[in-house]
Amino acid sequence: MTTDTLTRDPASTVPLSQMDVSDPKLFQSDTIGSYFTRLRREDPVHYCPESAYGPYWSVTKFNDIMQVEVNHQTFSSESKLGGITLQDMQSGEASLELEMFIAMDPPKHDAQRKAVSPAVAPSNLVLLEPIIRERAGFILDSLPVGEEIDWVDRVSIELTTMTLATLFDFPWEERRKLTRWSDVATATPETGVVSSFEQRREELLDCAQYFKGLWDKRANEPPKPDLISMMVHSPATRDMPYLEFLGNLILLIVGGNDTTRNSISGGVLALNQNPAEYRKLMADPGLIPKMIPEIIRWQTPLTHMRRTALMDAEIGGKKIRKGDKVVMWYLSGNRDDEVIDRPNEFIIDRPNSRHHLSFGFGVHRCMGNRVAELQLRIIWEEILKRFSKVEVVGAPERTLSNFIRGFTRLPVKLRGH
Amino acid sequence: MPTVIFIEPDGAEYPIAVKSGTTARDAAVNNGVPGIDGDCGGECACATCHVHVDAAWMSRAGMAEPGGMEANLLQFAEGSTENSRLACQITMTDDLDGLMLRIPDGQH
Ligand code: FES
Repeated sequence: MTTDTLTRDPASTVPLSQMDVSDPKLFQSDTIGSYFTRLRREDPVHYCPESAYGPYWSVTKFNDIMQVEVNHQTFSSESKLGGITLQDMQSGEASLELEMFIAMDPPKHDAQRKAVSPAVAPSNLVLLEPIIRERAGFILDSLPVGEEIDWVDRVSIELTTMTLATLFDFPWEERRKLTRWSDVATATPETGVVSSFEQRREELLDCAQYFKGLWDKRANEPPKPDLISMMVHSPATRDMPYLEFLGNLILLIVGGNDTTRNSISGGVLALNQNPAEYRKLMADPGLIPKMIPEIIRWQTPLTHMRRTALMDAEIGGKKIRKGDKVVMWYLSGNRDDEVIDRPNEFIIDRPNSRHHLSFGFGVHRCMGNRVAELQLRIIWEEILKRFSKVEVVGAPERTLSNFIRGFTRLPVKLRGH
Repeated sequence: MPTVIFIEPDGAEYPIAVKSGTTARDAAVNNGVPGIDGDCGGECACATCHVHVDAAWMSRAGMAEPGGMEANLLQFAEGSTENSRLACQITMTDDLDGLMLRIPDGQH
C-alpha cells in the first residue's frame, strides 16, 4: 500500500457532514475505530442527517454518554418510539411487536426488572458457581491439544449456552436451541443467519411456543430460583401478554448469550495481540479478577444503546430536538482518553478497570453483569490450570452488525503445560 | 477528620478517617474496602456502592430522596432495605464522625 492510499483513508477524508458510522461492514472489518477517533476529536456529538436507519445523533465521548444514560426522563428507551437500537424495533419489516423491559421506561420497566433480577443477583450466583465451573472444566477437558479448533464454536458458545440453560433450567439436551434463538433474534437477512424477516418471525414464535410449555409446567410447580419460575410466580410478570413474555425472554437470551460469548473470544484475541500481557497473566493468575473488566471494556460486546429524546435537550453543546434518535456509542466512549488513560492499550492490571461503559449506567444498566463477570473469571481460571497458551493461529472473522461486536470464528491451537 | 466505619457481612470492620467533604464511596474505594466497587466513579449511576446505614445513624445520614435517581437505582440492588443508601451520595462531615455503614451480604 502506498502512502497515498493510506492518507485517503475514508475515516479521515469524508466530510463530517456526510459521516455515517452505522454501516455494519465497518464493524465487521473492525475499521470503525478511526471514525470514532475523528468524531471524538472534531465533532463529539455528531448529527448524521441520512442513513439506512434515518437521521440520528452519535454521542461519542464517555462523559456525554453518561449524561444521556442517567437522564431517562429526557432520553426514552420505549420500544414504541424505536427502542434501544439504531434499527427501530417497531419498524415495518421486522415487525413482531416485542415488548421487553430494557425497552420500557419507568414505572413499568421497574416492576418487571425487579421481578427478574433476583435470578442473577450475587446470592443466587453463589449457588451457580460450582455448576458453571464444573461445566467449564468439562468443555475444556474435551478439547484436543495441538489441533486447530474454532474457539467461538467449541468454547465461547458452549459455555455461555450452558450457563443460560442453567439460569433457565432449560432442558439440557436441547440447549443449542438457545444459541440459535439468540442468533436469530439479532439477525437481519443480510447476515445470512436467516433468509428473510418472515423466517425470523417464524423461528421466534417457535421460541415463544417452546417457552410457553416450560412456563405452564413451572406454573404448576413450587417456585424455584430459575428465571422462568421467577417470572411465573411474580405478580409483576405472571400475567404478561404473550409478546411481552416473548420479548423479555429474548432479552434474557440475547443479553446472556451474545455478549459474554464475544467477550470470551475477545479476551483470547486481545491476549494474543499483547503477548507481554499474556506473560503477565501466566506469571500471576491472581490478576484474573482485574483483567475481566478490562476484557469487557476492550471488547465492548454491545457497540451502542439508543434513546429517543422526549423533549428538547442539550448534549455537549448541541441542541437535540424532541423526537431525535440519540445513539450512545459505548465502543467509542470506552476509547476516550479524557476518561481512560491509554485507552488503546489492553492492560490486564489497569487501575480503575471497572470504570467502563460496556454495561451501561443508570436504571437500564446491565442486569446480568455479575453473571458475565463470573463466567469470564471461571473460564480463565480453568484455562490457566490446563493450558500454557490458547494460541490464535488464523484471522478472526467478525460479526456483520453495528450492534453486536463479536466473532463468528476464531481459529486457535491449545498448548499444554 | 471524620471517620467512617465499613462493616463487612462477616463482621470485619474497616474504620477510615477522611477529610470532610469526601464521599463514603471514595473512602471505601481508595482504601480497598471489599464489596464497594463504585463502578460509575461516584456519579449515582451504577449502585455498586450500596450500603446499609446502621439504624442508629439513619436520622443523621438521611434516607435516599424518594423518586430520585438514588432511590431509583436502589430498588434494583440486591438486599435493598429502608436503610439502604449509595455510598457515593453520602458526604462525610464532622457531624457524621463514627458513621457505621454495613456492606450487604453477597455484594461481591
Ligand atoms: S459509585 Fe456508582 S452509584 Fe455510587
